[in-house]
Amino acid sequence: MSILIKNGRLIDPANDIDGTFDLLILDGKIARIDKKIDDSAEEVIDASGKLVTPGLVDIHVHLRDPGLEYKEDVISGTAAAAAGGFTSVACMPNTKPVNDSLPVTQYLIRKAKEEGSANVFPVAAVTKGSKGETLTEMGELKEAGAVGFSDDGLPVINSELMRRALEYSRPFNMPIISHAEEKSLVGDGVMNEGFVSTELGLKGIPWVAEDAMVARDVMLAELTGGHLHVAHISTKGAVDIVRQAKARGVHVTCEATPHHFTLTEEAVRGYNTNAKMAPPLRHADDVEAVRAGLADGTIDAIATDHAPHHVDEKNVEFNIALNGITGLETALPLTLRLVNDGVIPLQQAIALLTCGPATALGIPRGDLSIGAVADVTVIDQERKWTFDPETSRSKSHNTPFGGWELQGGAEVTILAGHVSYRFES
Amino acid sequence: MSFAQKHILGIDHLSREEIIQILDTADSFKEINTRAIKKVPTLRGKTIVNLFFEASTRTRTSFEIAGKRLSADTINISASSSSVVKGETLEDTARNIEAMHPDIIVMRHGASGAPHYLADRLDCSIINAGDGAHEHPSQALLDAFTIREKLGRIEGLNVAIIGDLTHSRVVRSNLYLLNKLGAKVRLAGPGTMIPPGIEKLGATVYHDINQAIEGADVVMMLRIQLERQGKTLLPTLREYSRFYGLNPNNLKLAQENALVMHPGPMNRGVEISSSVADGPQNVILDQVENGVAVRMALLYLVSGGEETEG
Repeated sequence: MSILIKNGRLIDPANDIDGTFDLLILDGKIARIDKKIDDSAEEVIDASGKLVTPGLVDIHVHLRDPGLEYKEDVISGTAAAAAGGFTSVACMPNTKPVNDSLPVTQYLIRKAKEEGSANVFPVAAVTKGSKGETLTEMGELKEAGAVGFSDDGLPVINSELMRRALEYSRPFNMPIISHAEEKSLVGDGVMNEGFVSTELGLKGIPWVAEDAMVARDVMLAELTGGHLHVAHISTKGAVDIVRQAKARGVHVTCEATPHHFTLTEEAVRGYNTNAKMAPPLRHADDVEAVRAGLADGTIDAIATDHAPHHVDEKNVEFNIALNGITGLETALPLTLRLVNDGVIPLQQAIALLTCGPATALGIPRGDLSIGAVADVTVIDQERKWTFDPETSRSKSHNTPFGGWELQGGAEVTILAGHVSYRFES
Repeated sequence: MSFAQKHILGIDHLSREEIIQILDTADSFKEINTRAIKKVPTLRGKTIVNLFFEASTRTRTSFEIAGKRLSADTINISASSSSVVKGETLEDTARNIEAMHPDIIVMRHGASGAPHYLADRLDCSIINAGDGAHEHPSQALLDAFTIREKLGRIEGLNVAIIGDLTHSRVVRSNLYLLNKLGAKVRLAGPGTMIPPGIEKLGATVYHDINQAIEGADVVMMLRIQLERQGKTLLPTLREYSRFYGLNPNNLKLAQENALVMHPGPMNRGVEISSSVADGPQNVILDQVENGVAVRMALLYLVSGGEETEG
């Protein structure tokens, strides 16, 4: 199998390449990149006016598989990923059962290989059953293919256990991913605490719930030398803490979601349950701080926290609606908005969706090096479209971006030399 | 004059003119409540469902009497006797009721926004009888009605509202209403019970209730939920009473004829001393009485405001 992509603007931030190049894929590998390649190929893609980038990498996705397949599964979730331009996703372990064991990790990888439309890199649990009591078998989970450990949805409340997790994972070169919320401060809050929560009469979650946990975890990473990865950073204070920690040389990385750099708590008005997630949408000052963190390199990756839920779990009173929104099919255009808004240059936007996340979790993807696995995304930066959640490839449609006018999207997504998605107008 | 609102979800969405129209309409209904035959045919043939997901005696009874005095058929459904306990969703519960063609659903729910949720999904009128910590519009309207009746105006008055501001739907509806009608609102309560930014709804916030009461024309005490004692928000009711309770001493700081109000049910000896609750300045039972007239006005106006053939 061979694919020749011609005349595209090739952006490969990992190799510091940005220019018009042809790219040849042979036998699932990047075979050649040159100004002009005239070799014959089974498929020739004319990428004139388009971007050619490494396949996008999303390090925070809920595939809901196994056990919650009514929301999503490996097949539908990776199909949504491919449609969004992603070739690799890291999936969170809060499934049924929790991914705290070799068989679940192996199952996910095998199912993705056999039936999926993207690579799946499982994130396994930090603690057995994500109960916050005993560590998982991190060495064996790494051997099975896990790329990090997280009790996502839950913080590791016990500080000593978090310390031990960072110590224990360190020799395995594996990150501990922190869902940073100080639970006693979250209480039964359902949205960001502030004027909007006061006005709507909804229980608030103060910013300090996130800042306090990020501060603790950063200090534990500093103490232990372990690798801390902060998931879905959303507050000004947390961005500042990570920025300062990086300056001190602490091994900390972090990610931000499109919704946290696009929407504010104002989106909750009207009791919109598709604007409910953890951490919650924050104040405009926090959104600015997240954007600044993306711009100055404090934030390593854009990750969606794609969290599908059945309509019955969202079509309820706000305070009992489940947390989370889908994101795989809107992440790329929302990231390109940052470019159009002048927040970050295009090359950096691509880096935040490719080598940034890949490096943060040590995933062997996210670049177009010769000989690398041919995961490639051809992006149409110009196409204007309206997002209709009903047409989503995800099983779930819980998104606040339904009806949004977006610009840019995946034209062709190539997974190991095979087309996994092709845009059809 | 016709009334433009199909629903009464909160004071937030009512204009000053609509509020005055409701109060004026209530004025004309009040007299019915003192007749020997307390019934007019105005809403004959209309069906009103009181759908209460939270316990309530006063508000539910008031709406029920209001409906009956206008000759509507009123049915009460409380959560404990409904299918809610069987796990039915709010939407399904409401759709089942709507299938029986009520004209108005009067609804109380513990979740902020629950009436707004149903208003988006049902065809009948929804009157919010209290949603979570969000709004309680009929309470604010009966408060305003009582103030206007007793003091002759609302504009320019200083109204102190004291207590648990965080969890109070009464305070939010009153803030909207009093500001729209030109009153000045002062708020006071324990540091743990003042939600962020509430001053932006149009109020001055005090921590010392004496400052809030000083020179006030109206002192409105909020109910403190007794179960909050001994948890994180409040050490003891004893201390609450000492620092945030209304008593004859701090009431002296208010205007001589200041009204003492309480939305009920009162905790005597906690947020209000019995001597004040029963004292000459209290209008607490007037509030209850006026509640019926105000709710008659709401039912009448959302029904289209036209008299049925009779």
